Amino acid sequence: MKCQRCDNPATVHVVQTVGGKKREVRLCDGCAKAADLLPAAGTELNLPALVGLLMGLPTAGAGLACPDCGLTFAEFRAEGRLGCATEYDAFRPALEPILERVHRATRHGGKRPRRVRRAELRAALTAAVAAERYEEAAKLRDGLRADALSDGGGGADEPG
Amino acid sequence: MNLDSLLPNLGEWLRGTGPEADVVVSTRLRLARNLAGFPFTGRATAAQKSEVETKVREAVGRAELAHPAKYLSVAGLPALDKQFLVERQLISRELASVLDGPRGVAFDDRETVSIMVNEEDHLRLQVMRSGLALEDAWAEIDSVDDALEARIGYAFHDQFGYLTACPTNVGTGMRASVLLHLPALGITKQIEKVFKALQKINLVVRGLYGEGSRASGDLYQISNQVTLGRSEHRLLTEIREVIGMILQYERQARQVLMRERRQVEADRVARALGTLSSATMITAEETMELLSAVRLGVHLNMLDDLPARTVNELFIHTQAAHLQKLMGAPLDGEERNAARAKYLRGKLKDLGG
Repeated sequence: MKCQRCDNPATVHVVQTVGGKKREVRLCDGCAKAADLLPAAGTELNLPALVGLLMGLPTAGAGLACPDCGLTFAEFRAEGRLGCATEYDAFRPALEPILERVHRATRHGGKRPRRVRRAELRAALTAAVAAERYEEAAKLRDGLRADALSDGGGGADEPG
Repeated sequence: MNLDSLLPNLGEWLRGTGPEADVVVSTRLRLARNLAGFPFTGRATAAQKSEVETKVREAVGRAELAHPAKYLSVAGLPALDKQFLVERQLISRELASVLDGPRGVAFDDRETVSIMVNEEDHLRLQVMRSGLALEDAWAEIDSVDDALEARIGYAFHDQFGYLTACPTNVGTGMRASVLLHLPALGITKQIEKVFKALQKINLVVRGLYGEGSRASGDLYQISNQVTLGRSEHRLLTEIREVIGMILQYERQARQVLMRERRQVEADRVARALGTLSSATMITAEETMELLSAVRLGVHLNMLDDLPARTVNELFIHTQAAHLQKLMGAPLDGEERNAARAKYLRGKLKDLGG
């Protein structure tokens, strides 16, 4: 039997019957740990997490913690503020539905820092040269040069 | 920096002469930015906040800004000075009194550009303009943003754009706010209807001093809510279209007032001016209400010799901290009401209604 969250074999299987209605959760080891069902020591079940899972509470993000600053998703839910930039990746599956609700979008469509634009131009230039698309490469080089000039030559390439 | 030196002047955004100045008091654009490699302010240690402050101070000092900005630490300021900066819209109420630790603001002497440091985000850039000037304000804030980005590495994500502490600001990080004076929609009781329509299209209405502040003196701030998924230009176009509609409604309502009850309105305006120039005690709230009537009178050409700028100035100068700075002493509630009345009498004496 497969895990409900990924394709790994399910090793944790919980069934609960509430008011004649059967709820089932099947997870692999990894997903059960991610949902805080299994403590690291591996002996006892985390009951609150299990109840939350069975009651159909929003489980996306439950048990997630930021590898950089340690903020948990639960803390974010309580405070409404993220701790650092890393969480946009660490909490991504749980954040995207929130962004969809607030902005009706999950992808930036506006300004990009010059540093990012230049890096993209440079990567495209390298690719064009490697593929011997010299006409395209010349255009990209002109673009990079124009961009550097409009900056007044000041520090755009300085590391952050 | 001695803040008292700012007192006689007003930010250019209050000069009352920008586009659509009969209804639009000012335009404000804000960009939220964070430095790469630091936790957001809410999770940063005092040492990290101090490091962010130092980096930004250096960047602001060296950046090629069209109008150089001076940095002022807010952490060590007396409460009165913080309140003073809030009243001038140079800093948020949060930066003044909710947040702690190293934090501050850099602003230019026109008080048009302000850069808050260690607010909810490491950087909150702000540009203010008189009247409705969204594109103009964007051009300026875009160039300030570029100048700082040349010296500071921003937290930017390929998918999510500029990263912010609150996901409601992520993407462009841009909040555009237009401060509107809508007395005629208030008098004709259409204001609620207008705002209900606004909420449906994802715009937010607030009072003069931002989030959580009450709308008084018929002043309303309209802002965009969405920051992700659309370009800055599209967001500005959307808000501009809505402002255009509200402008039209307010002007129509003013025309109706002039057509159907000119005498009554002229009387109300004259009485408001009369009270403002003769009262011996007056609260901030009553002042705002009466100034709103006077401002309407100015734009309906009912009052000669009273420039819009003076009315705008009185809106700000009669706020508590400005008043206490003008009087040169801390004042309690009753003293403040007496001082406010005295100040208004002095200002309006020469003008006559």
